[in-house]
Amino acid sequence: MRTNDLILKTTTNIIVFIILAFSFKLFLAGHNMPGGGFIGGLMTSGAIILMYLTYGIGPINKVFRVPFTILVAIGLSIAVATGIGSFIFGQPFLSHTDGYFYLPILGKSHLATAVLFDVGVYLTVIGVTMTIILSIAEDR
Amino acid sequence: MLHFLIIAPLIMAILAPILFKKIKGVHTGWFILVVPLFIFIYLLSLVSTVIHKPLFLQLNWMPSLGINFDLYVDGLSMLFGLLITGIGSLVVFYSIYYLHKTEKLGHFYVYLLMFMTAMLGVVFSDNLFVFYMFWEFTSLSSFLLIGFWNHREKSRYGAQKSMLITVFGGLSMLAGLVWMSIVVGTNSIRGLIQHADVIIQSDYFLPILLLVLLGAFTKSAQFPFHTWLPDAMEAPTPVSAYLHSATMVKAGIYLVARLSILFSGTDEFFLIVSGFGLLTLCWGSYNAVKHTDLKGILAYSTISQLGMIMAMLGFGTGVAVFAAIFHILNHATFKGSLFMVAGIVDHETGTRDIRRLGGLFTLMPITATLAIFGVFSMAGIPLPILNGFLSKEMFFDAAVDLRLESGSIYQMVAPFFPVIAVIGSIFTFVYSMILYFQTFTGELKLSKLERKPHDPPLGMLLSPFVLVVLIIVIALFPGPFNHYLLTPAVAAVMGSEVPHTKIYFWHGFFNAPLFMSLIVLFTGTLLYFTRSKWVHVYDRFPGSWSMNKAYDSIVGGIFKGSATLTNTYMTGSLRNYFRIIIGFIAILGLYTIYITTGFKFDQVTNSALAIPELIIALTMMIAAISIIFISNRIAAILALGVVGYGLSLLFVFFSAPDLALTQLSVETVSVALFLLCFYHLPKLKPEKDTSGSKLINIIVSVAFGLMITFIGIASHSSKWFESISDYFLKYSYKLGGGDNVVNVILVDMRGLDTMLEICVLGIAALGILAMIKYSRKGDVE
Repeated sequence: MRTNDLILKTTTNIIVFIILAFSFKLFLAGHNMPGGGFIGGLMTSGAIILMYLTYGIGPINKVFRVPFTILVAIGLSIAVATGIGSFIFGQPFLSHTDGYFYLPILGKSHLATAVLFDVGVYLTVIGVTMTIILSIAEDR
Repeated sequence: MLHFLIIAPLIMAILAPILFKKIKGVHTGWFILVVPLFIFIYLLSLVSTVIHKPLFLQLNWMPSLGINFDLYVDGLSMLFGLLITGIGSLVVFYSIYYLHKTEKLGHFYVYLLMFMTAMLGVVFSDNLFVFYMFWEFTSLSSFLLIGFWNHREKSRYGAQKSMLITVFGGLSMLAGLVWMSIVVGTNSIRGLIQHADVIIQSDYFLPILLLVLLGAFTKSAQFPFHTWLPDAMEAPTPVSAYLHSATMVKAGIYLVARLSILFSGTDEFFLIVSGFGLLTLCWGSYNAVKHTDLKGILAYSTISQLGMIMAMLGFGTGVAVFAAIFHILNHATFKGSLFMVAGIVDHETGTRDIRRLGGLFTLMPITATLAIFGVFSMAGIPLPILNGFLSKEMFFDAAVDLRLESGSIYQMVAPFFPVIAVIGSIFTFVYSMILYFQTFTGELKLSKLERKPHDPPLGMLLSPFVLVVLIIVIALFPGPFNHYLLTPAVAAVMGSEVPHTKIYFWHGFFNAPLFMSLIVLFTGTLLYFTRSKWVHVYDRFPGSWSMNKAYDSIVGGIFKGSATLTNTYMTGSLRNYFRIIIGFIAILGLYTIYITTGFKFDQVTNSALAIPELIIALTMMIAAISIIFISNRIAAILALGVVGYGLSLLFVFFSAPDLALTQLSVETVSVALFLLCFYHLPKLKPEKDTSGSKLINIIVSVAFGLMITFIGIASHSSKWFESISDYFLKYSYKLGGGDNVVNVILVDMRGLDTMLEICVLGIAALGILAMIKYSRKGDVE
């Protein structure tokens, strides 16, 4: 039976957000600084695992209803879709482009289609890691 | 037209099962009979053109490979073509009465027709590879025919044996044919013959000759490959009559005859072909005497007669080749009739064992009369109405004639040949007499027979009757046969206009062949009457020794040997396989480094060694080595973690932040996974390996490690060209829009790799999910 780990829960509540934020940062900064979809994904799943460790599988599954196996499929589809998307512009498979755009809030931003591909990687990695760990953990 | 006719039996073979299923009232054989009969008549109509000028018909099949369905019709192939279709018609006719409608006639005629196409293809093809295709097709269809009664174990054994032996020879022959076509540069048999000198003078003449002859000898049941033929007697009798007396076993003869222009004149060809021919002649006739089964005797008799033909082809003189061709025709007639007679006896009495037969003459007078001609012709009794005598006389003539040939080897062995020929013929005489007199004369043992025998229906007698008539006609009036069939065939074999050879019955007094025939006659008669005195010779020689046993022990040995071999390395132990794989990689790698002297150690490209890196490396080494000695699983997992984190630190020092981050996360996740599994795993057991096996492990692992180290050092020390990395560093921002070169490479420059890697991850996840979630359901079931 699980004891009431107040300290753990409290720290987790705070730390999870920090980790999540850091993982988003790693993910988004990937193009110019160390990081990227893979590490970002691993880090995000690290945060989710921390939640599972603290609260147990049952409670987290109630609030955090993400079907991780489907996440793998979504991630792969996005990655493939970005590859196929280049066909529309008459380019070879997986051609990327980038450019500067003016966005309403962020102002002048540098956007690259490679990031879309990285989103696919990111989601896949989360899905994979969580699927593996949860299915092993639930196997009693 | 001829192209179509060769394929016609195959087309009919498609229809045969349908006819068998749909038309129940009529025996399927009647429909089949049309095909060989028609081809026979068509070939007859070609005869008069072919004797003047051989036909060459082209049909492209695979021109780019030089494999075309070209046909070449000269005297030799015409003779064989007529034999195949003529005796084929008779056999089909005979089988109509022999096989009951309840048999699987659909199958039978399909196989028979397949065989007919194959055989026609063999004799008419001009292209080596088309020839080979049809050759193997005869093996295949004969396999099916021998195993026709596949519920009998002996049929299956015989079929398998004939398949193994003839296909073994066929494949050797293929090698020989390919070799020849490479040496000469053409796939056409005629082309080869035109360039005979190229082959004879090439360095590969002997292997080519041996390989090709191996094919011919296995097919034509020459010693020591004759052993499949007696076992092939399990086939229905029409099949034995057709395949194993008249046609398929003569395919090898055909091959030797066809290629004898190429090889003849060389000592190797002469020695091998005539030597093995005579050996087969004697061995076959000697062994035929001891058999008690009618078809067994006939099988050995076929072997010995084929040996005789082969020997004459080996002699290669004008007389000898003429005699060989003549005997091909004669043998087909009398052996075909004898097989059919044996089939009739079997059909009427229910047995083929001569110990149970006897005195059948009074009950089956017509059959017995037919048999007389066949048997006496085979024995070579000097009567003007038996064609066997004529060709046997010519055989003696050829054997004696050889002495006149010059050449050292010829002169050395030639004196022995007539003697061997006479010995072989004496036994031929003896078994022929046994075959006839044991079956048809003497005491009638009705009690031992299943039913009271009587002459069979007329239809069954017609085919042997036609053949017997042929025996007599050929003997009495050899002239037209000689003019239309034999002389063109001899011309085809010899490659030149032969001096017109006449067939005589009477060679005059005081010549060697006559005396030899008389010796055969008298000694044979003597041996026949005293056979009870000397028959126990067979207990001494060959005694229990036979080629059958050799075959069985070879086949059994191969089975056993391969099983033992497989069991030595297929132990089922993963550790063992791993040892073998890693060990061989290590040996190959180290050996390659050794022979290419590829190892190089270049100090220049090395950067300076920093202390922190050294410390990390040492720590990792200690951790790695300690894993081997740790007997506690959790400690081992943690030590493994040390190696992983050390690696991540090294990445930091070598300025690879992405790798360091990834390595850190992956290592953490995998250590966590190890710990997750930890509870489920059994305790680590101490190694139970013997010290020898441990030593092997150590040697293999050290060798492998050394190999990897050497390769690493050597490849680092040798730079052959500029690395591509400069390009990435230069264009990362320009093309990919990012400063993080690693990431730009991963998602942009080499995005496909990444895409496939995440696919791998996805598959792994699904695999684990399936293994864990759904394996339990399987357990319950």
